[in-house]
Amino acid sequence: MSTVAYDGTALLGRQLRRMRNNPGLLILTQTMPISMLLFFGYVFGSALAVPGREYRSFLVPGLLVATAAGGIMAGMFQAAQDTHRGVMDRLRTLPISRSAVPLGQAAADLVVTAAGTVPFLLVGLAVGWRVEGGVLEAAAAVGLLLLFRFAMTWIGIFLGLLTRNEEAAGQLGGATFLLPLLSSAYIPTAGLPGWLRTAAEWNPISAVATALRDLFGNAPVPTDGAWPVTHPIAGSLAWCLVLIAVFMPLAVRRYAYGER
Amino acid sequence: MHAVRGLDLAVAQGTVCGVLGPNGAGKTTAVRLLTTLLRPDAGSARVAGHDLVREAAAVRRHIGVTGQSTSVDGDLTGRENLCLFGRLHRVRAPGQRAGELLDRFGLTEAADRPASSWSGGMRRRLDLAASLIRRPEVLFLDEPTTGLDPASRALIWDAVRELTGDGTTVLLTTQYLEEADRLADDIALVDRGRVAHTGTPAQFKAVVGAYVEVVVADADVMVRAAAVLDRLTGAEPSFAPERGAVGAVTRDETLTLPRLVRELDAAGVPLLDVSLRPPTLDEAFLRLTEKDEEHAA
Repeated sequence: MSTVAYDGTALLGRQLRRMRNNPGLLILTQTMPISMLLFFGYVFGSALAVPGREYRSFLVPGLLVATAAGGIMAGMFQAAQDTHRGVMDRLRTLPISRSAVPLGQAAADLVVTAAGTVPFLLVGLAVGWRVEGGVLEAAAAVGLLLLFRFAMTWIGIFLGLLTRNEEAAGQLGGATFLLPLLSSAYIPTAGLPGWLRTAAEWNPISAVATALRDLFGNAPVPTDGAWPVTHPIAGSLAWCLVLIAVFMPLAVRRYAYGER
Repeated sequence: MHAVRGLDLAVAQGTVCGVLGPNGAGKTTAVRLLTTLLRPDAGSARVAGHDLVREAAAVRRHIGVTGQSTSVDGDLTGRENLCLFGRLHRVRAPGQRAGELLDRFGLTEAADRPASSWSGGMRRRLDLAASLIRRPEVLFLDEPTTGLDPASRALIWDAVRELTGDGTTVLLTTQYLEEADRLADDIALVDRGRVAHTGTPAQFKAVVGAYVEVVVADADVMVRAAAVLDRLTGAEPSFAPERGAVGAVTRDETLTLPRLVRELDAAGVPLLDVSLRPPTLDEAFLRLTEKDEEHAA
């Protein structure tokens, strides 16, 4: 296990150095959610029946989760790029643990996500969002958010190792922007027509967004709806653990065997 | 479909085995199999004394691999790349080792710039340096100089010779007979996934000989030149009328360029150009297949 940790740390360092050498992409991915908060919060917020500040309080946790779902795209692009450019082949011929490479990638992603949450929440505070519950609950909300990101990254790594092509991964990754649209990330699901509402409420993003709103004290838990939304914390944990349990071994296996 | 089938090869420690073959012969597949990147569906191999399938982890500890495309991280600097691979290889002082290798391959000046900004030749040298970060027992080089400038090629050739001096075993694939001739102790000619011929470079040259080509101004002269080549080489001359060229394979080592020019001059053949060179892989291949057919007949 210590070798996994050692190799994983070296590979985590690799990812962080890459970002330092190439900060453009990092700045873009970190400022994207902030611009979305401002556009959605003021443009959509003004058109909605709910008062603007109230919508922005609803939106901040939703955007945090929508951004975390982008872990699919980030994980996929990185894994496909490494495969496409031959770096994965070099890593596969090294005497290192088979799980160290994807683990290092997922760990680096978590570090960046955690760091990116800070400026986003500061802008949130500036537009009227507040922690309206306890500090412990707020910390739990951030923990849950990172767990969700971790799960999303593993889906992405697996898909990236599967596609093995930078461009295909980039295009497929773009499609993941659609996922939060069919969820309660940006809008309450209660107003949706029956079948659409059911689909949106079974979207893992809805469970996590509802859980974050509950833990930050921004909005009450809905009393009716699908189980993951009416029990958002248990629902979120269940979603994350199931997704990690499925995609982490798939990704490690895919990495270890390559095209064998 | 099998890219490699019945490939039988043994390489002695501290020697260079040149695996020579045309595109699609199965060279890269063979290297991917031997470096644990692919799993064979049948057969077995030992690399540095370890079974390829059952002891893949042990094999990885003893090999270095430079593939056909560069496999360093373009977003990292050259030094960062080498330090990373050094750390993953458990090299004691990765920074120091990285510095040595950057120096060895003439990369020190560019060392702290991202590798993506380097030229192709520099990246290939970095790739080779990465494979040597912990002196491997067996080094695999898959067409290491294809598409490289002469200076980078010379640096890589020197490095390979130096390594075998230290006892490293090298398996090198190439499309160039010249490269195999310069570097290899033994050559294996691979075609359609199997070994077609093996031998030392000297044995290969004795079989495939050299290629004489004469370029003249018109068709009449071409016929006279062909007669001279026929007499000197004893081989059937081949014609490329569009270039005014006539050529033949020779295995006569006393046939030097001055003698060739004298004989042609004596026969009154006005020359535009004349050359005596090792045959290309295609010509060698053709020659070896002809020889097989002669044996069969």
